[in-house]
Amino acid sequence: MTTIILLVVAVVVVFWVISAYNGLVAWKNQTANAWKQIDVQLKRRHDLIPNLVNTVKGSMEFEKETLDAVISARARAMQATTVGQTASAETALTGALGKFFAVMEAYPDLKSSANVRSLQEELASTENKIAFSRQHYNDTATKYNTKQMQFPTNMVAGLAKATPAELWEITDEAERAVPMVDLGMGRKPQA
Amino acid sequence: MSDLPLNLFEQQQRNRRQTVMWMAAFILFFAWLGFGGDLAAYLASKDANGAAQYRFPFIGIVVTLIGALVTWRAFRGGPKSLLWANGAKEIVTPSTLEEKQIANVVEEMAIASGLPLPKTYVIEDPDPNAFATGHGPEDAAIAVTTGLVQKLNREELQAVVAHEMGHVRNLDVRLMTTIAALAGFIVLLSDGLGRFMRHGAFRGGRSGGGRKGGGAGALAIIVLVLWLITLILAPLIVRLMAMGVSRNREFLADATAAELTRNPMALASALEKIESSHEPTRSIKKSAAHLCIADPLGRKLNDRQGALANLFGTHPPMAMRITRLRGMAFQAAKIQGQPA
Repeated sequence: MTTIILLVVAVVVVFWVISAYNGLVAWKNQTANAWKQIDVQLKRRHDLIPNLVNTVKGSMEFEKETLDAVISARARAMQATTVGQTASAETALTGALGKFFAVMEAYPDLKSSANVRSLQEELASTENKIAFSRQHYNDTATKYNTKQMQFPTNMVAGLAKATPAELWEITDEAERAVPMVDLGMGRKPQA
Repeated sequence: MSDLPLNLFEQQQRNRRQTVMWMAAFILFFAWLGFGGDLAAYLASKDANGAAQYRFPFIGIVVTLIGALVTWRAFRGGPKSLLWANGAKEIVTPSTLEEKQIANVVEEMAIASGLPLPKTYVIEDPDPNAFATGHGPEDAAIAVTTGLVQKLNREELQAVVAHEMGHVRNLDVRLMTTIAALAGFIVLLSDGLGRFMRHGAFRGGRSGGGRKGGGAGALAIIVLVLWLITLILAPLIVRLMAMGVSRNREFLADATAAELTRNPMALASALEKIESSHEPTRSIKKSAAHLCIADPLGRKLNDRQGALANLFGTHPPMAMRITRLRGMAFQAAKIQGQPA
């Protein structure tokens, strides 16, 4: 009788370990995938910027400083490797782009050109996509981190090689104050 | 609202289960139509000795098979026929700035929810409205009217798309599309059979049945009457049930929209704008009413509260939805306002 009970308990434990292990692995992959989604959007923004710069270069000669800030922020962002580095470099790029768009408000000709408007929609959307993929990554990573820390799943965390995922936090106070980018739809950005 | 589910997984399970239940109920309805007819024919053909000439339930088997086939078709082809019936056109490569914007917004919300990108459809109609369809995240489609893109700003549009994305994620689309397809078919069937009955078939059946066995004849008539009543009431019952199914889900999708955009006020103001344009959305058919973000028929009933509105409205009162969203925004502001 006791052997049967022990056997049943052992089987239950084994099944639980397997399912907890698999659950953690699935979360780990989801987190990694969520991170890749941010990467895709960041790369897209890097690709769009030269386009934008070329389009407006001629008409915005006076604002060379703003343009240069965008270009150098992009270069720095492309070299970042860790989550922390990428986060701060991309935040700087977001800030530079925000300033650039604010300056562009002063050029009505530029703003009304179809080419620029479509580029602006693309960039605004890319900014949103970055924000949303970051939000999704943070949500997923938080759930993954919670899962591996909670009892009793934390007992198989070592087995599943689960380590806490780094969150993409907004470190810059100025960036936190900037609302989701919504440009070119007829409203002026807050100065 | 008492039975609001606790989490996403439960909601998905519930939607899967209810879809199967609806399909089973529909097949049973067909079985009753067929075998009930058989029973009436069997009872009517009984002679004085109790020996019936009509023995094999031929009608029942055929009608049930047809029912099963129709149900399966409604499930599989529902999304496609729904989009087609409402004149939705897919945006493959966006050409205008507006098309580009809606395609981008849909992509943004797909990213925010971590789901695959749904197909985007546009319906030519000045009234703002939107719906989602499909079997789940893998083959979802989101349709918006041109009026929606024109009247809302980008953030509001995003909120509406997020609401539809919520229906996709919760698997509401699977249930609602199946119901729409089945309800459409029931209405058609009941109309057609009703017309058929009035034109001779009913009279012919009675004279042919004869008056051989008195008791059996009366029973046959009772079965026949019951049979007719089900047929007449079916469309009404189906519509009532479809309405009940959709109301709870709107609140849940509103909450999902707030979660995805982190901006409940955008959806609140979008709903206000949608509501203030009181015209009915002419392009959207009645059978798809319960799928839309706002009642496309422009009925005043949905604005009211109370038992009648609870029974007949496809959507919860707008005022109630907006109040709830404002509440969410207030909560979020309160949390952010506190020093960390």
